[in-house]
Amino acid sequence: MTAAVCLRNVSRHFGVIKAMDEVNLTIASGEFFAMLGPSGSGKTTCLRVIAGFEQPTHGHIEIFGEDATGVPPYRRNVNTVFQDYALFPHLNVLDNVAYSLMLKKAPRAERHKAAEAALDMVKLAGYGTRRPSELSGGQRQRVALARALVNRPKVLLLDEPLGALDLKLRESMQEELKSLQKALGITFIFVTHDQGEALSMADRVAVFSGGRVIQVGTPEEIYARPNSRFVADFVGSSNVLNPDQVSALTGERRWGSLRSESVRLAPEAGSALAGTVTTKNYLGATTRLGIDIGGSSIHALLPSGQELPDIGARTGLAFERGALHLMEAEQ
Amino acid sequence: MTTTALAITERRPGILGWLSDQFWRHPGMFVLLLLTPPLLWLGIVYIGSLLALLFQSFFAIDEFSGVVDYSTLTLKSYAELLRPANLDIIVRTVVMSALVTLASAVIAFPIAYMAARYVRGKWKALFYLGIMLPLWSSYLVKIYAWKLILAKEGILTWVFESLHIGFVLDWVLAIPVIGGNSLSVSYIGTFLVFVYVWMPFMILPIQASLERVPVNLIDASSDLGATPQQTFWKVIFPLALPGIIAGSIFTFSLTLGDYIIPQIIGSSRLFIGQAVYAQQGTAGNIPLAAAFTVVPIVIMGLYLWMAKRQGAFDAL
Repeated sequence: MTAAVCLRNVSRHFGVIKAMDEVNLTIASGEFFAMLGPSGSGKTTCLRVIAGFEQPTHGHIEIFGEDATGVPPYRRNVNTVFQDYALFPHLNVLDNVAYSLMLKKAPRAERHKAAEAALDMVKLAGYGTRRPSELSGGQRQRVALARALVNRPKVLLLDEPLGALDLKLRESMQEELKSLQKALGITFIFVTHDQGEALSMADRVAVFSGGRVIQVGTPEEIYARPNSRFVADFVGSSNVLNPDQVSALTGERRWGSLRSESVRLAPEAGSALAGTVTTKNYLGATTRLGIDIGGSSIHALLPSGQELPDIGARTGLAFERGALHLMEAEQ
Repeated sequence: MTTTALAITERRPGILGWLSDQFWRHPGMFVLLLLTPPLLWLGIVYIGSLLALLFQSFFAIDEFSGVVDYSTLTLKSYAELLRPANLDIIVRTVVMSALVTLASAVIAFPIAYMAARYVRGKWKALFYLGIMLPLWSSYLVKIYAWKLILAKEGILTWVFESLHIGFVLDWVLAIPVIGGNSLSVSYIGTFLVFVYVWMPFMILPIQASLERVPVNLIDASSDLGATPQQTFWKVIFPLALPGIIAGSIFTFSLTLGDYIIPQIIGSSRLFIGQAVYAQQGTAGNIPLAAAFTVVPIVIMGLYLWMAKRQGAFDAL
């Protein structure tokens, strides 16, 4: 099977800034793919290169096996949902959605019918005559989605699609996007800086940092077996242990990651790790303790309801041997 | 405990402190205070005198003595406008204004587009300077300068002849009606100078409206399959239209009312402004002059009404 999108050694430089640096990615057809990273990590540039708004400085890009290097956006069967939606203010909702069909000179009745169907799909049937300015953020988001999908693109790109929505709306949109993607079978590629969103929605995740792809894998792989300190730190609420600490525990001088939900409290005597409680945050079902183990801090996510030490108290820490994941060797 | 900060600080001393608090509590009063002087000026001095002028157009005039009769109201001055000689003036002015507006828009758009999209930093300052600089020098000086440029012995003729393409100029001047002995005494000359003088008033509003078009709308259009040409006509142009209309209001109404440019450059045939000038001055026919001034107002009203009906302001 041909890959939906394939980037080979793609770099995009803006002057001396390397927004993308030798990126290699293969995204399978029908996949829900997330590009995760902090701002300035190159994930949005990568999306813009796939859409065709930016041309790679070096490297090649293929879309469904066809070379797309140097092909303008309007000749790519790839549509984008923009971060701020980019709805046309001078057109009503229906004409916004029907825009791509209008360009193809589809008859008026036909394109309005298709646009109505697309609006129905995003649960906005009957909103056609409104202006974008009359809609709420969540509704605009749906119009942008309908507009990008009405043409049945081969690949749908979503640039921080849920960034501007409140938590409740975001969660319901996540579900909807996921089921929409399943129903349509279109390859979705979405950019986000929210690791929870990436892990919960995507089939596979690419973690970006400094214009490079640091790790690609399923959410489970990324979360449980980060390949570097950066991924462990950015993706999970993982604790990063330095080689000294790890060698004291295992004998190997490597960086390690330890998920905070794997950490248990134990009597100080006989524990390999021990320290002083410095922070205590009640999160509802769980409580997060910050424990200073001498120079670095370990977070432990513990079920609420049990007796927990107060700030300033000393405690020992325990965990399953398998929960400690070893990453890159010390350089 | 010694001194602690008060939860509510004391009012500033004096009448100004009291006023600040009052205005904060009654924002309407503040707005009223701010608006009253300009509204009085606009209402009495500006609109009032305009209405007084319009009222004059209904007075009768004794054709022999030239005495204005304030006691009877009549539409005679308006009937006078329909006489072939006067109708000619109106048609000539409206056609000229329309052509000047169209040409200004066509020339101004690319300049405004470049300034809005591609020019940044100090080049933008230079752009504004370039557009505004001509407005800093006297209107009359510029027009007389153009008269010299366009004259038969002027630099334009010289350039054409030096390039051995003088026949092009001769051919243009030989066109009936709009041609003439030289550019400076032809309609073409009047047209060129009008376009030159009003150009900044077209560029600036278009540039302002283009600046407000977000770049990602252009990306979105392209993403949805629009070629650059389609993006221009379906997105950029409709969103710039309010700016173009604003600019055309300036160029159209300024051309409709101007009486100096056609006086200095052009054939001796009259434009509305010149007719008003002649009627209220030498001819002393104030009612007819007033009737003439109503014409541009009515035309502008019609123009705006049509623009609104065509949806020109939908993107505002």
